[in-house]
Amino acid sequence: MLLVSGEPWIRWNWVGSHLGRIWDALLQHIVLTAIAIGVGILIAIPIGLLAWRYRRSRGAVLASTGALYTIPSLALFALLVPFTGLTTLTSEIGLVTYTLLILVRNIIVGLDGVPDEVRDAAVGMGYRPFRRLMALELPLALPVIMAGVRIATVTTIGLVTITALIGQGGLGSLILSGLIQGFPTPLVIGAFLSVALAVVADVSLNLFQRLITPWSRA
Amino acid sequence: MSFLQEVGQWFLNPAHWQGTGGILNRLQEHVVMSLAATVTATLIGLPIGLALGHWGKGGGLAINVANVGRAIPSFAILVIAVQVVGIGATPAFLALVALAIPPIVTNSFVGMRDIDPELRDAARGLGMREKAVLLKVELPNAMPVVMAGIRTSGVQVVATATLAALVGWGGLGRYIVDGLANRDFVQVFAGAILVAVLSGLAENGLAALQKVLTPAGLRLRDQPLKSAAIRRGAPQAEPAS
Repeated sequence: MLLVSGEPWIRWNWVGSHLGRIWDALLQHIVLTAIAIGVGILIAIPIGLLAWRYRRSRGAVLASTGALYTIPSLALFALLVPFTGLTTLTSEIGLVTYTLLILVRNIIVGLDGVPDEVRDAAVGMGYRPFRRLMALELPLALPVIMAGVRIATVTTIGLVTITALIGQGGLGSLILSGLIQGFPTPLVIGAFLSVALAVVADVSLNLFQRLITPWSRA
Repeated sequence: MSFLQEVGQWFLNPAHWQGTGGILNRLQEHVVMSLAATVTATLIGLPIGLALGHWGKGGGLAINVANVGRAIPSFAILVIAVQVVGIGATPAFLALVALAIPPIVTNSFVGMRDIDPELRDAARGLGMREKAVLLKVELPNAMPVVMAGIRTSGVQVVATATLAALVGWGGLGRYIVDGLANRDFVQVFAGAILVAVLSGLAENGLAALQKVLTPAGLRLRDQPLKSAAIRRGAPQAEPAS
């Protein structure tokens, strides 16, 4: 396919001479994603547990995380920039916000899916609520929670590219510089690597889930 | 003067409302582009999803395509479209349509597959022809899920149209992109408010449409969590990129 600029999709000599830069972008992408998912899980677990335990708060919790989720990412970053500047903090606040809806929802759905008989049996055996949660309910909810973590991770990897506009971006900075210079090579590399990263993350999280929940292998 | 007061002043300035770069024109561009892309994607994606669901074939493929689609950043799709067709409204339109199709196909497929097979059998037993089974039984029953897909796509399109300012097109994203380029954070913030309000309106408008188009008998089953679907790994709402 011909490009408007008449340039080839990829100039391999550019790739060869910029391996360091590509590596740095990839690393930054992974770090931004990992922080967002880690912090997102730490925040989502207490919120999810509370919303599950106190049914009445559910509607409000899901509606507010849902409303935040509807704000386009560029707009969310733009709303933060005047206060937190063109910083990693701005990126992370935005990225964490987007993971919350997915994670909280899957925590609630996962815990809801624990069969009543199992819960009754635990109560009958004298398990107190906290031990029941740790030994029984959370492990049984783990497959659904991990599904949420996978979706949140793949989503975040895509969103990180947009933080290039506020001076971060990881692989997105390659895409943006390709766009600005009208030079396809870095943007093709950036787009390809971010898709590859998403696929690798999805597959490894799936394997990780199978390892930690051997009972759910059917 | 505080920052938020400056933003208030920005909105009160009549010059910011008129002309090509004015709010009214940018809003119109954004709305027309989003509508055109969502309607086009629906016209393409809905028949494909309904047909796959009706015959029960190719579903795994449809869902896999949608999942891979989730991994491709919309930013990348937009920028690559520019490399292929040049700068302006056309690449933006093409990228938005491409982004909007997968959720519509997947949801209409899942919606059709989730219908109780007994309903289909009953319809056939009553002597309905295939076309009537599709239009009078399957489609109304699948409507909530089908509309959820269109809603996801519509909100996604409004969000991504913001990014289209990067590739030389207008829309409300211009305020954010130009503001960031000039370090004019008042304009950035004002643009972000406009975009957030518009996507909120799109979300609520499409939710209302979803409610209206859902047959009365199915409304009771309307539940916010769709627990069963999430547990089975069905596609969920896409992020607003």
